[in-house]
Amino acid sequence: MLSFIISRVFQGLAVILVVIVITFALMKIAPGGPFQSDRAMPEYVKANLEAQYGLDKPWHVQLARHIKNFATFDLPLSYRYKGRGVGEIIAESFPVSLAIGLPALLIALGLGVPMGALAALKPNTFEDRAATILSTLGVCLPSMVLGPVLALLVALKLHWFNVAGWYDADDWVLPSLTLGIIYSAYIARLTRGGLRETLVQDFIRTARAKGASEASVVFRHALKLACLPVLNFLGPAAAGLLTGSFVIETVFQIPGLGQHFISAAMHQDYTLAMGTAAFYSALIVGFNILVDVIQAMLNPRIGFSS
Amino acid sequence: MKSLPRYAILALLALGLWAFHHSRQNRPQRVVEATAKGILLIGNGSELETLDPHQAQGSPEHMVLQSLFEGLVAPKPENPDDNGPGAATHWETSDFITWTFHLQPKGCWSDGKPVTAHDFVYSYERILSPATASKYQEMLYPLKNAKEFGEGTITDFSKVGAVALDDLTLRLTLTGPTPYLPSMLKHYTWFPVPRHVIERFGKMTDRETRWTRPGNLVSNGPFVLKEWRFTHYLKVARNAHYWDAANVKLNEIHFFPITSDGTEERAFRDGQLHVTLTMPLPQIPNYRHNKPEVFREDPLLSVYFYRINTTKPPLNDKRVRKALALAIDRESLIRNVLRAGQKPAVALTPPGSGLGYEGPDVLHFNPKEARRLLAEAGFPEGKGFPKFDILINTSEGHRTIAEAIQEMWKKQLNIPVGILNQDWSVYLESQHKLEYTVARAGWVGDYLDPNTFLSIWRTGDGNNETGWGNARYDELMTKSTTEPDPKTRMTMLRDAETILMDEVPILPVYWYVHNYLIRPEVKNWKPSLLEHRCYKALELR
Repeated sequence: MLSFIISRVFQGLAVILVVIVITFALMKIAPGGPFQSDRAMPEYVKANLEAQYGLDKPWHVQLARHIKNFATFDLPLSYRYKGRGVGEIIAESFPVSLAIGLPALLIALGLGVPMGALAALKPNTFEDRAATILSTLGVCLPSMVLGPVLALLVALKLHWFNVAGWYDADDWVLPSLTLGIIYSAYIARLTRGGLRETLVQDFIRTARAKGASEASVVFRHALKLACLPVLNFLGPAAAGLLTGSFVIETVFQIPGLGQHFISAAMHQDYTLAMGTAAFYSALIVGFNILVDVIQAMLNPRIGFSS
Repeated sequence: MKSLPRYAILALLALGLWAFHHSRQNRPQRVVEATAKGILLIGNGSELETLDPHQAQGSPEHMVLQSLFEGLVAPKPENPDDNGPGAATHWETSDFITWTFHLQPKGCWSDGKPVTAHDFVYSYERILSPATASKYQEMLYPLKNAKEFGEGTITDFSKVGAVALDDLTLRLTLTGPTPYLPSMLKHYTWFPVPRHVIERFGKMTDRETRWTRPGNLVSNGPFVLKEWRFTHYLKVARNAHYWDAANVKLNEIHFFPITSDGTEERAFRDGQLHVTLTMPLPQIPNYRHNKPEVFREDPLLSVYFYRINTTKPPLNDKRVRKALALAIDRESLIRNVLRAGQKPAVALTPPGSGLGYEGPDVLHFNPKEARRLLAEAGFPEGKGFPKFDILINTSEGHRTIAEAIQEMWKKQLNIPVGILNQDWSVYLESQHKLEYTVARAGWVGDYLDPNTFLSIWRTGDGNNETGWGNARYDELMTKSTTEPDPKTRMTMLRDAETILMDEVPILPVYWYVHNYLIRPEVKNWKPSLLEHRCYKALELR
């Protein structure tokens, strides 16, 4: 198992490197640059600015410098936010995203798995249809609609929570709920599908034939295997949830990490965009390794061969 | 009887929910608590890129820097666009070229050190130094030799027209008569920066030091930086060393970087903000009619216009451009599409641009004349007119306006127009390289004078980006910078604008108004064309 993990970690490092290179290349290809604004500045000022940030050097020199900086954890300064380090920005905003993402993940699982299981166990009944309709609705409903709706109902009408902001200890509730509801829809669909497939398999029939109770069949035998597609989905989903969402942070005014993925790319803040992309890919790689290990432990048919 | 426990549980749940609801409903609003403590809560758009006045460029920075720093001249409490005493008590000039400023004898930095005329000279040297690479250094070019120093053709700063005669007297020598200098001095590019703090953290020209961080930043305005949580809030607190500290009424101001106008409006309704920066367009009619006590609609010194690439046929023909200009029904666009009280732009410079300036009044909807001009240019009834795109940066608002104008041009002139949207930096680059036909744009005045709108259309100016140039226009603009008589100068500027509006390399559409929400307990909040705020006069009651 150790050699499996080690080889996956090395693969992951290669992935992160590729992500950094692609991010850099995409931003270089895009017209404009980090110091552009709608108010023209004199050409000599622009030249001075570019020289100060090494943008006058050939692209491979710039790229090599960025990679060296990231590899040695000597994180560069943001191009846009003067004097603010990329590491500092991530360190300040990631805990906030975590505080929203973690409850969101629990809400998603807590709503999604039971809903999917209920639908799978009672196929073609009212419960199944209701769960399917609800989860389809959840998948279709974008967070930029659900977020404001929740804010209007729960915060502005009922006054239970702040409509936006990150001031009080309970300000995570609405953003986490929005994210959780949307992700629970995916999880419910995956659980339903997984469980339905598992329940018709031979080993379930064997278990039933041996006289196992229905509860034991579902919880001891079926659910374990049925969870595999959910687990597969959870790797990248967890990385996505924990690093924050641009829409949620905008709708609820949360000082999280998600906004920087978008705004850094839009403002061609090379260093911040590469930093956040590298951080995100590191999380994805980490979660995927974790998912692989758990899968191998749950399903004897999947081994540790890499 | 079996269901009794079930009912009991249900009843308990309902009771719990009611108790929760009751306790949550009666939470005090954030604004109420803040008002009691003398803290103003305001929305401020996007997060600041910097607090260094020499590197700042945007509107959010403008709003915060005005509370922290103070220029020689400051906004007057009753009318922020008027020029009141700031770091200088008074000033004199006989020819609008040589100006003498007398500094506040009690003027102090927030660490108690005196603010001197040398600090101003140091600041001007810093912003103009090529190594500082300040994007906005052009604001100081009225100073004699400032441009040459900025370009690097002069390296001796003593040749630039800023001299400290003594600790409290500053003399500025300009390239020509500039009656509007006091208005310019209220812009943050002219603010003083503390040499003793900057050099504690690095060289004068270093761009990335920590001198602007909370705990380090020292300023000379009514407030000092207290706390800055990135993308969360920025708090400033009253500056005990400020020369006019006795007249500062608020204890603190908290700025919130709320990027979404929808979120900001909800936060206002939830009692989280005293004042918003902006508001969603669709909400304006509702607030105007139902809650006029919190709704404000202040004219601004900014214009929304379309640039035309005048190097591209057939738009290189003045008659075609004019036809386009006359076929836009600005009033109908504002009444039916924008609905936010904007003013139709009958020329480029907005009303109030400068004392005694009366711009031309020419761009009125006249489809008949537009069709005649188009026919004269060889496109009767729009026949054979090549299709072109209106370039916009991605935004719902710009698209709506472009669609309305597209429709007007189609209906009135029968010419085919498309809409092309690009992301911000691509859109800027396209204009810069003249790779467009018609592009939306905006311009915000920096000071109260038509020059802030007219100077950019000189041939080859970095902000022109239309390929247009006119020798007579350039001559008038150059002459206006050396004309000693303010009245004659205004006539020259008017003549220049008349040429510009006759040649129409740009199609002004409307003059902006600032729509925002403000709670009635905020007193002395005055409208300002330049969005200058006299924070020290504000009061919460």
